[in-house]
Amino acid sequence: MSASSTTGATATVAGRFGAYGGRYVPETLMAALEELEHAYSVAQKDAAFQAELDDLLHHYCGRPTPLYFAKRLTEQMGGAKIYLKREDLLHTGAHKINNALGQGLLARRMGKQRIIAETGAGQHGVATATVCALLGLECVVYMGEEDMRRQELNVYRMRLLGAEVRGVSAGSATLKDAINEAMRDWVTNVRTTYYILGSALGAHPYPTMVRDFHRVISREARAQMLEQEGKLPTAVVACVGGGSNAIGAFYEFLPDTNVQLIGVEAGGRGTALGEHAARFQKVGGGLPGVLQGTYSYVLQNDAGQVSSTHSVSAGLDYASVGPEHAMLHDSGRASYVSCSDDDALKATVTLSRTEGILPALESAHAVAEAIRLAPTMAKTDVLMVNLSGRGDKDMGILARELDLKGSESVKG
Amino acid sequence: MAIEFRKKPGIVAYLTAGDPDLATTRDIALAAIDNGADVIELGVPFSDPLADGPVIQRASERAVARGVRLTDVLDLAKELRAARPAAGLVLFSYLNPVVRMGMKRFCARAAETGADGVLLTDMIVEEAGEYLAEMKVNGLAPIFLAAPTSPDARLKAIAGVSQGFVYAISRVGITGTQQRVAGDASELVSRLRQFTKLPIAVGFGISNAAHVRAVGEFADAAIIGSALVALIEKSPAEEAATAIGQFIAGLRA
Repeated sequence: MSASSTTGATATVAGRFGAYGGRYVPETLMAALEELEHAYSVAQKDAAFQAELDDLLHHYCGRPTPLYFAKRLTEQMGGAKIYLKREDLLHTGAHKINNALGQGLLARRMGKQRIIAETGAGQHGVATATVCALLGLECVVYMGEEDMRRQELNVYRMRLLGAEVRGVSAGSATLKDAINEAMRDWVTNVRTTYYILGSALGAHPYPTMVRDFHRVISREARAQMLEQEGKLPTAVVACVGGGSNAIGAFYEFLPDTNVQLIGVEAGGRGTALGEHAARFQKVGGGLPGVLQGTYSYVLQNDAGQVSSTHSVSAGLDYASVGPEHAMLHDSGRASYVSCSDDDALKATVTLSRTEGILPALESAHAVAEAIRLAPTMAKTDVLMVNLSGRGDKDMGILARELDLKGSESVKG
Repeated sequence: MAIEFRKKPGIVAYLTAGDPDLATTRDIALAAIDNGADVIELGVPFSDPLADGPVIQRASERAVARGVRLTDVLDLAKELRAARPAAGLVLFSYLNPVVRMGMKRFCARAAETGADGVLLTDMIVEEAGEYLAEMKVNGLAPIFLAAPTSPDARLKAIAGVSQGFVYAISRVGITGTQQRVAGDASELVSRLRQFTKLPIAVGFGISNAAHVRAVGEFADAAIIGSALVALIEKSPAEEAATAIGQFIAGLRA
């Protein structure tokens, strides 16, 4: 089933990734999306805009981020060399700042004084609140109440930065429901408000624009890898919720067809619908569909109702996935696996104790896949893991989930 | 069996199918028709109704929780058509349940029920190629939304592909929650008139006789949604049809 036989679109329409992507929104938003598309395409070609973005990415956010050889983890696994792309070292603690800064500058350029955003784990909300403080813009962040409970620390950070955090109690009270509320706000205040969408999903131009703001990850990593190893990695591994850090980590490697690209979805507690957020796994209930403005894989029942999801990580807990990943999945250019809550928790402990680096629970899904994969590979192989964020925000969850008595042990 | 507004202004009644249950929705729809509604918009409940306000969102959640499916709504449409052959009947849905069934199959089944038209909330004209082709094959009217934010070029395209009527959104925003019919609406209707001879129906926030009268000054029909759904929400199921019948009868007072 392709979009062209389902929804009438063709691959030549702007904003299409193969069959996926497009624009499926209430008519009220169309003028705003067209305005945004135009403003973004002009800004992209504007040297002054790019120079300001580059300057802030360097001096304010801390780019380039290091590519770190994880020597002790590599030795422990006894296979491929494992490198970490340290997006966790960025200002605000995750890759999300790349996109929030880019879109914030775009919003200011468009004359929009009011910013809205949605957030799952809170990292995009914190990044947006930060950029709004930096640029003097009003900021409202929608967040599911379940996520507010899981990510209390980030809620406090956003409020400290001057943002208003609005809890969403509808549905599963997670990221999907926060996006619905943000879109309702945008429909209502579309003339004055800019929506900083936090992942590479939604209606065109968002998936393209968000990817472009994150492709700096793979641009740097590719050059760093050549410099440090003298060759490209055997594989690049990244976690995939909406898919923004993964598309950023994959993008510049797409033409390097000998580099494997591996996305890691949240396998949660099991394969039953509602117990995971693994849109691409055959047993999981993910099928092409339309959610929140784009055509992509969606976890749904056989009546087309969108499923609830579960992940120990709030940032991966989403029923759909960015449309470019859907294309990469179908074409086979990238492969998508899943990692359970338990394995992600174990990987958190392992990375903390071997390298002194505490990964975000999202990133721990990618680390877990690297831990699984490295021993099966040759010592001459190189694995690059995109460490999308740091784990400080997850302390409350880790304290509840892990029974730490000096050596790792995970509650079963 | 056609979309026709016999009295001015016409009344379009939106109902979330399956709230509180399918049998009650049928009774409510019949009462609405018998008391002056020209067209019934039968809403397919969806898990993520992002263009709707809290009233319709809650109705959708209740119906989804009861397990109401697109196929149930199609069966209900068929019953309504058999019971009231002269009423206008429009299927109203978000895209995903339709995509799940398959666009081709959905349009064919919609036609089999005897529905006059289809409105897909999150389908814009640029993405509508296959949808329009299937609607044509099946003799169904595609109804599109026009918004106050739509520039004239978009209104022209919307008017060009719509049939039955054009749904003019009275103001930017979600369904429900409005005290007065905004000036946005009359301006939008007059802009739309340049491009179409179709009837123009105004919806979003129309909730009483005064609103209907105001809409009648500049448009062909008023669409009532959240007000009906809110009344259903607070009525015991066995009284809902009577309450809606009386409410509709009072709208042209």
